[in-house]
Amino acid sequence: MTGTGFMNTMEAVAINAAAFVITMVLFGLYVTWLGHNPLDVYYVLWLGSFARQISIESTLTNAAPLMLTALCTAIPARAGLLVIGGEGALVVGGVATVLVGVLLSGAPFLVGVTLMSLAGAIAGGLWIAFAGALRQYRGVNETISTLLLNYIAIAVMYHLITGPIRDWERVLKTSSWSIPEELRVGALPLVDVHWGLAVGIVTCLILYVVMRKTTFGFGVDVLGGNQRAAQMAGLPINKMVLICCFMGGAAAGLAGAFEVTAVHGFASESLVVGFGYAGILVAFLSRQNPAAIILMAIILGGVAASGGLLQRRFDLPDATTQVLQGLLFMVVLASNAAYGRLNIFQPAAWRTA
Amino acid sequence: MEGGDLGWWGVVIAVIGGAIRVSTPYLFVSLGETLTEKSGRVNLGLEGVLVMGAMSGYGTAVITGEPWLGVLVAGCAGAFLSLIHALICTLPRVNDIAVGIALFIFGTGLAFFLGKPFINPSAPRLPDLDLGWWSASPQVQSALQINLLFLIGFTLALFLAWALKNTRWGLVLRTVGDSEEAAGALGYNIAVVRILGTVAGGFLAGVGGSYLSLYFPGTWNEGLSSGQGLMAVALVIFARWDPVRCFYASLVFGGATALGPALQSVGITANYYLYGAAPYFLTLALLIYSSSPRKALEGAPGEVSISR
Amino acid sequence: MKPKMLSRRGFMRQGANLVAASAVASSLPGMVAAMGNVTVGFIYVGPRQDFGWNQAHWDAAQKIAAMDGISVVEQENVPETAEVEKVIQSMIELDGAKVIFGTSFGYWDSLKAMAVKYPDVLFTHIGAIWKEGDPTNVIGYRGYTEEAHYLCGIAAGRMSKTGKIGFIGSKPLYFIYNNANGFVLGARSVNPELTCNVVITGDWNNPVKEAETTNALIDQGCDVIIANVDSPKVSIETAEARGVYTCGYHSDLSSLAPNGFLTGAEWNWASGAEFVQAFLNDDPYPNLKRGGFREDMVALSPFGDAVPQEVRDEVMAAKQGFIDDTLQLYTGPLFDNQGNQILAEGEVKANSDTPFKLGIDWWVEGTIG
Repeated sequence: MTGTGFMNTMEAVAINAAAFVITMVLFGLYVTWLGHNPLDVYYVLWLGSFARQISIESTLTNAAPLMLTALCTAIPARAGLLVIGGEGALVVGGVATVLVGVLLSGAPFLVGVTLMSLAGAIAGGLWIAFAGALRQYRGVNETISTLLLNYIAIAVMYHLITGPIRDWERVLKTSSWSIPEELRVGALPLVDVHWGLAVGIVTCLILYVVMRKTTFGFGVDVLGGNQRAAQMAGLPINKMVLICCFMGGAAAGLAGAFEVTAVHGFASESLVVGFGYAGILVAFLSRQNPAAIILMAIILGGVAASGGLLQRRFDLPDATTQVLQGLLFMVVLASNAAYGRLNIFQPAAWRTA
Repeated sequence: MEGGDLGWWGVVIAVIGGAIRVSTPYLFVSLGETLTEKSGRVNLGLEGVLVMGAMSGYGTAVITGEPWLGVLVAGCAGAFLSLIHALICTLPRVNDIAVGIALFIFGTGLAFFLGKPFINPSAPRLPDLDLGWWSASPQVQSALQINLLFLIGFTLALFLAWALKNTRWGLVLRTVGDSEEAAGALGYNIAVVRILGTVAGGFLAGVGGSYLSLYFPGTWNEGLSSGQGLMAVALVIFARWDPVRCFYASLVFGGATALGPALQSVGITANYYLYGAAPYFLTLALLIYSSSPRKALEGAPGEVSISR
Repeated sequence: MKPKMLSRRGFMRQGANLVAASAVASSLPGMVAAMGNVTVGFIYVGPRQDFGWNQAHWDAAQKIAAMDGISVVEQENVPETAEVEKVIQSMIELDGAKVIFGTSFGYWDSLKAMAVKYPDVLFTHIGAIWKEGDPTNVIGYRGYTEEAHYLCGIAAGRMSKTGKIGFIGSKPLYFIYNNANGFVLGARSVNPELTCNVVITGDWNNPVKEAETTNALIDQGCDVIIANVDSPKVSIETAEARGVYTCGYHSDLSSLAPNGFLTGAEWNWASGAEFVQAFLNDDPYPNLKRGGFREDMVALSPFGDAVPQEVRDEVMAAKQGFIDDTLQLYTGPLFDNQGNQILAEGEVKANSDTPFKLGIDWWVEGTIG
């Protein structure tokens, strides 16, 4: 790591830490205004997110899908696209997982799970790549198209699970056929969190290497910085955009695959619980850095996990965590203005010394 | 055709009535977004603003018994939330779309948080204008029961279309949105114009929210908005940033929303989820059809990131 | 000022909230769990003040909270995902909960898994599909609301002038089919020519679609509307504004429609308190409790002013029929609305025939939809 790179990292860490502290102060003022002791609230936030084994497990369970859906925004963002289609890609991935999974009864465990995960990833990848193609070849804004594709994916999934692929035996919930029981993925060793967490972490690390350590990744950074410069450098822009969209969508599709194989065993309305939208937040908190996503997903997962305890101990509404997340998001975005302003992180400040 | 059985005419009337009933929030939010985007900013947070407007308007009407005061409060709440957006976006290197998503999360969160006590009580609704008095059919009468906000929205669309073209304010707004360089050369204060454009847009979106809670469907709960605020942003693009086209587009959206229930009510019940998604399919198809890879969309403000 | 704002219950709720909020504010975190001897945890899928499904459970929770030696902790808007198990574990391990009420269908698998993990905690679920082999510290309970819908149907059939009524359902699930069938069978028992339009909105909670559907049904001439959605408030208020009759669902909604309210189908979740009591006393409890009026697990809302005495008498007679078990909901000859014969002449399904009811995915004759 070069000196400048190190300084950049330290700058990001310092600014994000400051943003986090500012958010907590603002949130403390908010709960004080509501008549609560902010120190009690901070304590319960800590208790519910990290202080006990069960809290940590809740946090990590929440974080697992967010890591993958965050990549759906982060990877295309590196190429200069603002994709908000993680929710739809997750749903499409989940449905594809079911469709492949029901054909696999009797398959060996590893083969079955690999094929289902691939199905989910490819379906999600193609879904977002479609939006990328619309942008590159038709000039359709990708933010709007992925928003629309979310609604479309959800509607199509609901249509399928109430008719064509519905399991009528499951009387309490409209849900799809189930994947074979022997292909269900269980919990990790040591912590009671499903395997989606490990897959999320590994995917983030792989994509970190791809985006930060390969020629392709450097090319994408050029493209994301300035499309004209990328053009002049002779980079295959369309292809790069499509690949980035595919990788992002594939990550979200993988999240859908693990919701099916590890959590539900079938596709249902429970796939549509906002993991995709929360992923956008994680991506921006991480400044589109795949490695930082791991940490930020865990922090956000912790906020969500402690929300339950805030309800139970203070009778605060469930929306409290959403207010906190919104605050954090806005403060972090505003803190972007601080980059390059703090002298101690400028190489020049050290050279003259 | 007295009362009773209208069959397919019932579907047509329900769609027309639905277009009028459902379109108003889309209209207000898209007009607001048009103003904001004309100044060169995108505010994707209008969904949060809409929900906050719905909650604050309803709450005000519950407490004071005055629905019109609720509309005003909703507008002010929307303006205030959008002011946060505008101020953060004034900082350098801040992505306006991302701030919009943050505002979406924050606004809905705040509205759900503060709105808990207002789910149960009933608020007085905004009054109707009966424009269907000439018809003997109760269905037609009901379809033409129109809320004043719809007419205000329609008038506002005409006014904004005129004002953007013909007034100095309109010129300044468009110049700032089209080219920062030109606006700077002419000595306009870009930041102030954009703040005003965003705040005005937020006011309108807040009013749109109050229509949801105070007129149709006329309630407050956490499922009230099913993404009307987000969709209105898409609607602005295919309305080509033209207020009058926003009005037409809103009507089409409203009608498309009413189509599913109307068909189901005459016994065409298959595929209702797909009918329900008709507005989204329609918008995407129109966007694909009307976009072009080579040039920006006609009417698009040059500084708006969403048109590129 | 304040025309019909703050119905009494709404006002009392707010008052209670304020008191609770200030009480908690002054206590230290960690105190809540220690206040009672036994902590009961309630998990809701939506907001507990939704004027509908979740609120019916909240009412039950408040009754349980009023019991001696009990404190209740509640968490709302818990999605039916991996989060449920974590919420349950958190309630047990951090709050010391001994009884967990899971008030949404999709919690079933999670509740079962947690019941195995925590054998000395009692779990309840509102789906009532417990079967032999499932953990014995789980209770499933649920009322036959189709019986109450049958009574609503009688009132609707008598009051409808057009001979057309409307049913709005959320999801195509067995209990929605049963409720609609009960409603139509009741209505056609007094007016055999009557038809009922059924519309499925596809969402548990979508006020715009519900209001639009209510309007569309009224445009088709339906003059009695019942909505089986999470919160029927919007539909009832819309129908009231258009001057047609309505029936309620979940809880007593008569205050929403002073002119057009007929009656309504309500739950009686009071069994929950009995389970807690049995658990406290170490008494035996059932693993499965289903029932209608006979078992006092459903209720009928008070009649609206619009309902004349002779109709009230007719409805109450039918209710007595359910209580005496002299009236059966599904009796032959019975056809579905596609013309298929479901029950032959003389064939009768007992009201307690749960397997039959769980398998229903058809609308009875007279239903359009």
